Amino acid sequence: MTGLAFLIPVALLMGLTGLAAFFWSLRNGQFEDLDGAAARILIDDEELPVERKGERG
Amino acid sequence: MASAPPLTQSESIETTTLVVPGMHCASCMGKVERALGALPGVQSARVNLTARQVNVAHDAALGVPDLVGALVAIGFPSQPRVEDLAPPPSAVKPLLAPLAVAGFACMNVMLLSVSIWSGAEGSTRDLFHLLSAAIGIPAILYAGRVFFASAWGALRHGRTNMDVPISIGVILATGLSLYETLTHGAEAWFDGTLMLLLFLLAGRVLDAMMRDRARAGVDALLRQAAPGAMVVAKGAVDWVSARDLLPGMVMRVASGERLAADGEIVSGNSRFDRSLLTGESAAVPVAQGDAVHAGMLNMDAPVDVRVTAAGCDTTLAEIARTMEAAGQHRSTYVRIADRASRLYAPAVHTLAALTFIGWMIAGAGAYESLKIAIAVLIITCPCALGLAVPVAQVVAAGALMRRGIMVKDGSAMERMARIDRALLDKTGTLTLGRPTPDPQALDALPAQAAQVALALASHSRHPLSRALVEALGARGVTAAELTQVEEVAGQGVHALWHGGPVALRRPDGPTGGMASALDIEGMPLRLILFADRLRPDADLALNWMRAMGVEPSILSGDAMAAVAEVARATHMTAQGAASPADKLEAIQRLQGAGHHVLMAGDGLNDGPALAAAHASIAPGTASDVGRQAADFVFLSDSLMAIPRAMAASRATMRVVRQNFVLAIGYNVLAVPMAMAGLVTPLIAAVAMSTSSLIVIGNSLRLAMAAREPKA
Repeated sequence: MTGLAFLIPVALLMGLTGLAAFFWSLRNGQFEDLDGAAARILIDDEELPVERKGERG
Repeated sequence: MASAPPLTQSESIETTTLVVPGMHCASCMGKVERALGALPGVQSARVNLTARQVNVAHDAALGVPDLVGALVAIGFPSQPRVEDLAPPPSAVKPLLAPLAVAGFACMNVMLLSVSIWSGAEGSTRDLFHLLSAAIGIPAILYAGRVFFASAWGALRHGRTNMDVPISIGVILATGLSLYETLTHGAEAWFDGTLMLLLFLLAGRVLDAMMRDRARAGVDALLRQAAPGAMVVAKGAVDWVSARDLLPGMVMRVASGERLAADGEIVSGNSRFDRSLLTGESAAVPVAQGDAVHAGMLNMDAPVDVRVTAAGCDTTLAEIARTMEAAGQHRSTYVRIADRASRLYAPAVHTLAALTFIGWMIAGAGAYESLKIAIAVLIITCPCALGLAVPVAQVVAAGALMRRGIMVKDGSAMERMARIDRALLDKTGTLTLGRPTPDPQALDALPAQAAQVALALASHSRHPLSRALVEALGARGVTAAELTQVEEVAGQGVHALWHGGPVALRRPDGPTGGMASALDIEGMPLRLILFADRLRPDADLALNWMRAMGVEPSILSGDAMAAVAEVARATHMTAQGAASPADKLEAIQRLQGAGHHVLMAGDGLNDGPALAAAHASIAPGTASDVGRQAADFVFLSDSLMAIPRAMAASRATMRVVRQNFVLAIGYNVLAVPMAMAGLVTPLIAAVAMSTSSLIVIGNSLRLAMAAREPKA
């Protein structure tokens, strides 16, 4: 029983932390551009030669 | 969103938003951000791919033309965002926070409930109930606001909707659970109530996501329309936006530009393409004194046009007014989910009331009877029903979107599914609406000649030259090196290649259509014919429509001879030379005969018809009026998009009906148990989640909805 008294608050606190983190990201505009966020991981950082024609579908 | 860094230097920083419709992938994003970032004076550039736009923070000294020029240089045409078109409020954002709260509370309360179901007794059970109440009640109040507000709005106007039974069920269940908790009762329903809210909110979010997505796509297209003209004043030429054009101003319209206002030609001779206004495929010659209208495309040479009407006096605005009148009936269409809830809500409430009365008569006492009646309300709450429609429509819309077809909203699919007649505009809908070079003539070009042709054409903005660049580029031709390139308006492009003169110019004699002559010293003169061709797969698409029992026919504003030619090629009946009013009348006649009519069109002249038809589809190349009026917009060249949208809509409605059967079937099983007082919170939770998962699983089969039928 003492275990419970300790574990339940811990569980709730962790859940609330997650919820708070979600709210923070919502305020921070991280849900503004979901498609872009998905695509950004594919952007190469090194400078590509931009002079390639006919690449756009 | 990138925000400008704090101002440290004396330079003032401006933020500009450019709309770049051509972006669609990570590589595009990288190119655009790098190209802008490389400009001196640009602080930061951040792309928003969903909205197809880029926010640039830059020194005030750097003008918008510099930014646009930098993007054109890497092949992305762009326009500054029209400011008065504020971004439409997202439908998803206000729902995300309630969804998160419902999810968090549902999981934690479920965890506590599992321990109670496993046999927690006495003070432990009371503690867990109290904790559930402490988490649940604020969460229910916060996450339920969406439904309470909507239900209250409906009740205030003496109407009812799906949210009324939901709200009543949620409020009663919460009140009962709180009473049970405070009186050390054995059962509380916080878990079921929260799960219900979670599933319903998930359905709402999916529905909103579909609307947001389609709107973002369509908005990017809409904001592309070139709203303005170069105005000649006191010897200087300035860009004036369409809104600020006044009668009396003189516009200088280059070849390849569309008119932004009605006017009359002051100087210059050219030919104008009126297809967007009237559907005519043949360009009309214009000379000094001729009247021209907004939306016409200048084909040959630059002309000066004096504005006679702008804004709400134009032909364009006239058509827009007709459209508004024609589109009235659309707003009266009732979504299938609302139709279902009209039957559903009274049935559920009657059942709950009967249960209460029945147990009272049986002598169970008011408290016991109320408890069982509330259990009936919770178990019948339209959890699976709330998911039945949106999940199916979102999955199908996603499948269509991957094929380049954008759906404006769910009701469009519901209306599209019932279509049994299709009317197709000719120019720009059945055909590509732009001249394309004869493939045989391109095949016959020697490699070097093709390279020269591409190089010459790339220096001109003439529609034929642009079509040639596109066609040769698609064949992988690279441009030759030219020197001393000069374009003579209305004549062609001349240059030197290896020291010899070369030219892409107007043919010497009449050619019976549109053509360019390629003149290279030391080679025979070559003629490249251009024509507005049928879209690829036209036959396949029309046969697919007929196989679905939809009779297609042509309804065009073009001259009868041109329409007849296409009608023969596609084996369709046709009505030609139709004015916008004729088109509207043709649709209303068919509707009067009990048909459900689909209109496919692209021009301004199709606007009223697109608005009046039961469902409408327009190509992405359509006029902005057409794109706004249409339910579906397709981006591919192939005509297959039209039957594809039809087939997917029909498949969606089949699945929606199955979902209703599944959801109601579950209720048929669960309600007798609930009325008998046998349903515990555990059974309610299991039944609710299972029925929702079955509905979702059934809807996921639509991921393949946009495929062609097996030939």
